[in-house]
Amino acid sequence: MLQVPANSGDAVAGGRPLVTLRHVDKTFSNGTVALKDLNLTVGEHEFISLLGPSGCGKSTALRLMAGLGDVTGGRIDWHGSGGGAAADREIGFVFQEPTLMPWATVFKNVYLPLRLAGISKADAAPRVAEAVAMVGLNGFENAYPRELSGGMKMRVSIARALVTKPRVLLMDEPFAALDEITRFKLNNDLLDLWKDQSWTVIFVTHSVYESVYLSNRIVVMAARPGRVVAEMDVDAPYPRHEDYRTSPTYNDHCRAVSEQLHRAMEAGGA
Amino acid sequence: MTATVTETERRTEAAQTGAGQAERTARLARVLLPLAFGVLALIAWDLIVRINDIPHYILPGPLLVIETLIADWHTLYPSLLVTIQITLMALAVAVAGGVTLAILFTQSKWIELSFFPYAVILQVTPIVAIAPLILIYVDSTHAALLICAWIVAFFPILSNTTLGLNSADHNLINLFQLYGASRWQLLWHLRLPAAMPYFLGGLKIAGGLALIGAIVAEFAAGTAGTESGLAYRILEAGYRLNIPRMFASLILISLTGIVIFLFFTFLSHMVLRKWHESAMKREN
Repeated sequence: MLQVPANSGDAVAGGRPLVTLRHVDKTFSNGTVALKDLNLTVGEHEFISLLGPSGCGKSTALRLMAGLGDVTGGRIDWHGSGGGAAADREIGFVFQEPTLMPWATVFKNVYLPLRLAGISKADAAPRVAEAVAMVGLNGFENAYPRELSGGMKMRVSIARALVTKPRVLLMDEPFAALDEITRFKLNNDLLDLWKDQSWTVIFVTHSVYESVYLSNRIVVMAARPGRVVAEMDVDAPYPRHEDYRTSPTYNDHCRAVSEQLHRAMEAGGA
Repeated sequence: MTATVTETERRTEAAQTGAGQAERTARLARVLLPLAFGVLALIAWDLIVRINDIPHYILPGPLLVIETLIADWHTLYPSLLVTIQITLMALAVAVAGGVTLAILFTQSKWIELSFFPYAVILQVTPIVAIAPLILIYVDSTHAALLICAWIVAFFPILSNTTLGLNSADHNLINLFQLYGASRWQLLWHLRLPAAMPYFLGGLKIAGGLALIGAIVAEFAAGTAGTESGLAYRILEAGYRLNIPRMFASLILISLTGIVIFLFFTFLSHMVLRKWHESAMKREN
């Protein structure tokens, strides 16, 4: 495993840089310093995890990247086509909760981003069907969220994020509330999707095991104030399957990341 | 994800066969128990009147009330229509005004700050106390009655709808913002559907209150009123010591209230049955 010193800023494991955060500060109106001098570059086609204890500002960083809220200091630059990624429908966002409209069917929930973009139902139907099929929910188009299990709701949420064919998928602890068996299955399915599509994933998690299983690079963050303390490459090749979970490489990576996380938590005073 | 959904992810349907019998019994009990109590109360009423030989101008027996209802139908029916008309019109105006104002409240904090205190004042002022004033200032008695009923019915619609519009999931609001939703799209696709259960709850309360408002206003208008709603019939019967007709009018008012409540309960169930917890059966 290659260890890159923190705040290197320009180290990119993937292709060209997709988004760069330079000296980003975020202070909430109640005075809480969520992020202090955060530097991060995410390259195209990366699967990058932001890992850290609760309160380290990883979700805040993700929301800022999505354009939900403004930075207090520093800047966030999106490279490539279009400046504001959110406005150009170039990003998809998956929340920790499925965040579905309970009064709408699976079809209507997945159709929402296209509907808001003014695309007619007839034009959107094939794209919605494709997104629903991608997450393995064929035949559930007319079901209401309450009729679905937690894992299926999260699949709908992912389909909704993918229906606009985004360049980057931002995921905020999407599987944290799911049971382990469902989480493992969704981990595998997400990796399958990512390999097929070769877009970028920025994944916020507090699970060392999940981050090592999924990502090619892990950014370890510390709290009070939220900042990057270490970046680590996970050089295990894709495609990764269940046997990777039990391999010595996986264990080594987990141990190394855990150590970094402990160091980060001591540094953060947690 | 080409994987299909596994059985473990699928919600297992509750076993229906055993539960069916218990459910039928419960449904039967829900109808039979109140019915049995009602019949017993009527018999008791009738017996008390007969045994004590109470004159009908003090307390008529239930049979006499029914007889009067049928015999006086030609007088009571037009009055019933008048009361129902005022109630429904007031309710319609309350819904239109309440929902519109609630939407304005959520669009602008300034509007809410300016108007909400006055909506509360309108609500807490007893309608009996201001009805005579309204009758003085408004030329048409019909319009005055409408205003009184409207004042009572308006507030539950306004406050419930405002609460509902503000109760949309914050992450969903974030999501709408992320996809560049306009103010109108946010209102139409998110806030209004989210407010629906609250609005329907307000409608159920407002329906009953509109009827009460209409009756109270008619009482205040008294015999001066050119309109002859059911409250007027009660007043008139009271002056003539026609107590059975008072009871008959009272029964019609109660029935109207019950029908309004049942209608909105049914409407609420039909609108929410697919998704809202209040319209769901518990599955355990």
